[in-house]
Amino acid sequence: MSLTARVAALIVAFLCVVGVGVFVAVYYIGSANQLPTVAYTASGGVVNVALQEDPQNNSTTTPDWVTYYTQDPTTKQWLHTTLFSVPAGTRVNVTIYGYDGCTPLRNNYWSKVQGTLGNVVTVQQFNKNNRPLGLTTTESLINSWATCSVGHTFAIPDLGLYVPVASPNAQNSVNNLCSNSPCTPASGGAYSLEKFSFMSPSQPGSYRWQCLIPCGGGFLNGNGGPMQTLGWMAGFMNVVST
Amino acid sequence: MSSAEIPLPAGRHAAEREQRRIWWLVAVWLLLSLAACLVIWFVWYPHLPPGDMTTSARHQQFDIAVLAVTAAPVILGVFCYFAYVLVVFRARPGDDSDGAPIYGNAKIQAAWIIGTSMIVLWLFVFGTVELIVPAGAGAGEGASPIWKQSGAQTVAWTPGTNDILQVQVIGQQWTWSYRYPQFGGMESTVLDLPVNTPITFHVTSLDVIHSFWPYLLGVKADANPQVDNVAYTTARQTGSFIVRCNELCGIWHGAMTSNGTVMTPVAFKVWATAVQAREKANGTLAALPPYALTYDPTVIPQLGKDLVNVVGVTGAPGYFYGPGNPVTP
Repeated sequence: MSLTARVAALIVAFLCVVGVGVFVAVYYIGSANQLPTVAYTASGGVVNVALQEDPQNNSTTTPDWVTYYTQDPTTKQWLHTTLFSVPAGTRVNVTIYGYDGCTPLRNNYWSKVQGTLGNVVTVQQFNKNNRPLGLTTTESLINSWATCSVGHTFAIPDLGLYVPVASPNAQNSVNNLCSNSPCTPASGGAYSLEKFSFMSPSQPGSYRWQCLIPCGGGFLNGNGGPMQTLGWMAGFMNVVST
Repeated sequence: MSSAEIPLPAGRHAAEREQRRIWWLVAVWLLLSLAACLVIWFVWYPHLPPGDMTTSARHQQFDIAVLAVTAAPVILGVFCYFAYVLVVFRARPGDDSDGAPIYGNAKIQAAWIIGTSMIVLWLFVFGTVELIVPAGAGAGEGASPIWKQSGAQTVAWTPGTNDILQVQVIGQQWTWSYRYPQFGGMESTVLDLPVNTPITFHVTSLDVIHSFWPYLLGVKADANPQVDNVAYTTARQTGSFIVRCNELCGIWHGAMTSNGTVMTPVAFKVWATAVQAREKANGTLAALPPYALTYDPTVIPQLGKDLVNVVGVTGAPGYFYGPGNPVTP
């Protein structure tokens, strides 16, 4: 092989390697950045965050994955993202609509509410016709193993925040779960409405949050798929300076 | 007629000069080695990781210092000879003649074999002793430890005694929690420990393989599902430390950390008793499974059934429900 041919082969091989690297960077890393971040701003010293967790989602690639949605505070649209930002040193009021059925915790210790103001949450159950079932209750522990009443959790380990998210009543939810995401109270699925508050850190930073229930159905130990993918059952709460 | 049979005066002088250089080389090597060992032992050793917060950490620090002192003369010997070869033992400009023929040298070969064997044997004996004496050196010894830590196995733990404090470490994607069986099996997200107390860690996992690594404690033990991996240590200083996962366990492996504090035995007792009382009052203790060395996460002890057989359970690890079935996990 002539010197020219060898040099040409070397350049082609080099370009192939670079091309693969660029493709991986653009396809994977680039796509990871496509998730929008919902910016919540404080009003009257508090910030209101709204999330929902659904048994399925509206994506075309993995419609059967469980997922969280985040509500845009301005448009009230539910965005398929788990990235949101809150101001530093502010009371964060969180509302979570639990549209997914129950899955027992792997460690029932996470049934205990930790890190919220008062270490409690309030829960109200609704049936598929959006009618409340019973009264709103204040809970310091939602025993996932006693009545299978927890769908997922919302945990920010770095803040010591561990919140079990109530699921619709198990019996009431059988064949009555929302099946068209993002769900709404009027979409015909039983759901739970859970509220709690916590203080955001005084310093800006990025805090990861996740679900502690292995809810990746179809994956080994339930910990693959949506559990391992940003934008589904885990995300980041970005704390920004006020 | 060869030069070996009738040495030439010039050759004899060259051999004597060569021998003097070798002795100089040995002297320089000895001096450098002595200096290096003194610096390692008296300057570097006190600052070597992982520090001396616990007995196991202290032994690891000692081990690293001893190994460094052992290795320093070997490394310096290589470097000294390398420098000697670069500067002295080389062909001069314009010298195109062949080098002297090389013959076997029994003394050098014997010294090499004996020297390297001594070093390897020393490392073997030292390593074995340092594994046995500090009760496993802070490493996980499996469910049936060979080298156990001395202390009293008690149901209740009392400060100021030789009671062993038992702590169960539970790994789960992607967080740690800790159970204290001598305090009613209460569970915590922080790892608080008493100083000057023998501690037994029972490390396990509820899903994949993790690795319990409180670096400053000099403890590292794999957390395997349904395996009780035992490790020992005794804290010597109060202070805070961080627990990390040292086994790649998924997307948030790098964030799988928690905090710990070594405190006085009395302060620890107060803390543990308070957590136990609080968890008893709010129902957490009743909700937890009975304390066991391992847990089967597919079984709910309170119900005595597999998750998938429990009425009303709509999902279970590893079981897939299609979107056509509204009762999806």
